[in-house]
Amino acid sequence: MGRQLLLDKVNVAGINTYDVYRKEGGYRSVEKALKKMTPEEVLEEVKTSGLRGRGGAGFPTGMKWSFIAKPEGVPRFLLCNADESEPGTFKDRYLMEKIPHLLVEGMVTSSYALGANQGYIYIRGEYMYVLRILEKAIAEAYQNGWLGKNILGSGYDFDLAVTCGAGAYICGEETALIESLEGERGNPRIKPPFPAVKGLWQNPTVVNNVETIAAVVPIINDGGAEYAKIGIGRSTGTKLISASGNINKPGVFEIEMNITVEEFIYSDQYCGGIKNGKKLKACVPGGSSVPILPHYLVCKTAAGQDRLMSYESLADGGFATGSMLGSGGFVVYDEDQCIVRNTWNFTRFYHHESCGQCSPCREGTGWMEKVLHRLEYGHGKMEDIDLLWDIQRKIEGNTICPLGDAAAWPVAAAIRHFREEFEWHVNEPVRCLEKNYGLVAEKVFEPVTA
Amino acid sequence: MPLVTIDGKQIEVPEGTTILNAARMIGGDVVPPAMCYYSSLKGSGGKCRTCLVEVSKGSEKDPRPMPKLVASCSTTVMDGMEVKNKTSDRTLDARKGVVEFLLINHPLDCPICDQAGECDLQNLAFEHGMEHSRYEFERREFDKIDIGEYIKLHMTRCILCYRCVYTADQLTEKREHGIIKRGDQSEISTYIQNALDNDFIGNVIDVCPVGALTDKTFRFKSRVWYTKPMDAHRNCSKCSGNAVVWMIGNDIARVTARKDQYGEVKEFICNECRFEKKEMSDWTIEGPRHINRHSVISANKYETPIPEHTTLLNKA
Ligand SMILES: Cc1cc2nc3c(=O)[nH]c(=O)nc-3n(C[C@H](O)[C@H](O)[C@H](O)COP(=O)(O)O)c2cc1C
Ligand code: SF4
Ligand code: FES
Repeated sequence: MGRQLLLDKVNVAGINTYDVYRKEGGYRSVEKALKKMTPEEVLEEVKTSGLRGRGGAGFPTGMKWSFIAKPEGVPRFLLCNADESEPGTFKDRYLMEKIPHLLVEGMVTSSYALGANQGYIYIRGEYMYVLRILEKAIAEAYQNGWLGKNILGSGYDFDLAVTCGAGAYICGEETALIESLEGERGNPRIKPPFPAVKGLWQNPTVVNNVETIAAVVPIINDGGAEYAKIGIGRSTGTKLISASGNINKPGVFEIEMNITVEEFIYSDQYCGGIKNGKKLKACVPGGSSVPILPHYLVCKTAAGQDRLMSYESLADGGFATGSMLGSGGFVVYDEDQCIVRNTWNFTRFYHHESCGQCSPCREGTGWMEKVLHRLEYGHGKMEDIDLLWDIQRKIEGNTICPLGDAAAWPVAAAIRHFREEFEWHVNEPVRCLEKNYGLVAEKVFEPVTA
Repeated sequence: MPLVTIDGKQIEVPEGTTILNAARMIGGDVVPPAMCYYSSLKGSGGKCRTCLVEVSKGSEKDPRPMPKLVASCSTTVMDGMEVKNKTSDRTLDARKGVVEFLLINHPLDCPICDQAGECDLQNLAFEHGMEHSRYEFERREFDKIDIGEYIKLHMTRCILCYRCVYTADQLTEKREHGIIKRGDQSEISTYIQNALDNDFIGNVIDVCPVGALTDKTFRFKSRVWYTKPMDAHRNCSKCSGNAVVWMIGNDIARVTARKDQYGEVKEFICNECRFEKKEMSDWTIEGPRHINRHSVISANKYETPIPEHTTLLNKA
């Protein structure tokens, strides 16, 4: 196992309580920042660390923080995005459930850098029990003087509250999150203005992922330069990966971003290889929104180099032969899995989660789902494959928020790399039903052959 | 003042002008279609995506083209910006896609829809749509719900432009309707099936680009192209009293606000003028209302004076 900065203490008994967390060195970053550093110095450390947003887009956090507008007399806000709804991603839940104080500590230190006096953690409605855990941690932090007025006698005030959504993936999009937090319908806003200028209640606001905010703690404790030594290139530090699918050891792993994908999948330290001795068929390395990779592009890039678990290496080759690190939702498929079925499943999700504001996403996601359903259930036509390609092409880039792209990319990648499998569904409807459902198709309905 | 070029035509516009409004200042072919933007409604626009255009040069300072097509109704111009509307294949292709998306779940019941003949979606589909649909599934349908005495909501036809929501928000005392549910299940609805009965709520009918909100006092009375629009006014204590009365013979079939060439109302009218003043004695008729667009409404030639030879023929 490589170095761990976030989950190193995760197995210490009682680490979810304040006393143990503090004894293990918790809240040192707040002491250091508030007593010995100016907000600008904290920001500088984060810039030096090269930390990139862990919510999906990988935008450099220090740069994002430096964009926040600072008009006189206008409050600023730090919002923690704990909506974590991307299929295949469950790292934030693990972190908040196991070490809730790490997030609270990160919120105080980060807000100090931004000059924000109020923060909110926006958590998805399905994580209600985690919300209780966070509420308890926040109460403990107030009792011990890490939150509230005049923290550590520094003159800095910071209040923190946790609020929950009602089960909408779209509320993870930062401006929809802000709308929802304001009590409005969770529709993404049209940008610009960006939240850094006009966010929560039209005030300057930074939205960061749970893991991003937690990573600020080791950065301040050990220094940005120390953090930047871990990893490779512009992928500095450690990253939490949620590993799932046909692997021996599904779960959350903290990795240094210079390990190879091959090591991650096959080594016993991480996923422990493909389950039941099967062969690898495909992999979605960064959550349901990113392009799927066929087995021959998972461990090696198109140029034949080892693929690493880094932002750059996973994206090597662009969408033609690469993918994205995204939110780190790493899903592995073995030889028995059906790509058409998987694509339909993902598309069903986006159809269900579209907010419905803009026409390409509202109408296109439903249409794609219906066509994929038809293909998967043996009623597809050869033209459907090109039709799907055309629909996704007309959604991508033409919508208000990136959910449209997120719905289009998985469909495009599946067709790009697995076209034969789509064709097989058209040509062999009975066999594909038998394979995927163990059904004798005739007993259910008459499939239509092409 | 920023100088912007749209399809090769240049204009100087005030700081903060959107591409769409700059195009409207130039006029003619360079104007992108707009289904959700409505200049007098704050916050409208950005949703339907029919107004997407290509920005081939960002500005004088940063000439890089914008990677994605942008919604012209909600993107402000920069000095030196170059925009392609009709001259961009990407724009036309994307727009064709948007029209298709707007139509796949539309009932296409124009033959029985009151809006036919003055429907923005009809015009858009005519100009930018495909000849046939590639959609082979059941279309989405909603139950019709009753929202009061004067207004009919037919959600199945709605394209979710949100204009009626902004209208109610900005023109009436209290909004009682909004969007419920999400995605393609989103629907316009009142708060627990309330009636809409604000003084100015009738304007939602005029801002609706399709036939989702129609005038109950006019429903199924006539095809619009058999009626004659006349500018008319009356003394009204609630609104300007400037309206259009749509006549069949010497009867007033319906009353609407006056719309400009982009189908937008500049002076909203009150419910009393719209729904309750249907007698000739209520109004001072000013003369025929010029309908700006190529419209079937002009087809009944209500504006054309009877040519001489017909009179001669009649005499003969
Ligand atoms: C549809 C959609 C859903 C998203 N969901 C999440 C989410 O659940 N958690 C998250 O951290 N970011 C999510 N994001 C990304 C956020 O918009 C935002 O970029 C992120 O919170 C920024 O934090 P970071 O800079 O720390 O990564 C989502 C984006 C989109 C478009
Ligand atoms: S892309 Fe989809 S989710 Fe995003 S604003 Fe448009 S309809 Fe809503
Ligand atoms: S008019 Fe611009 S998006 Fe609808």
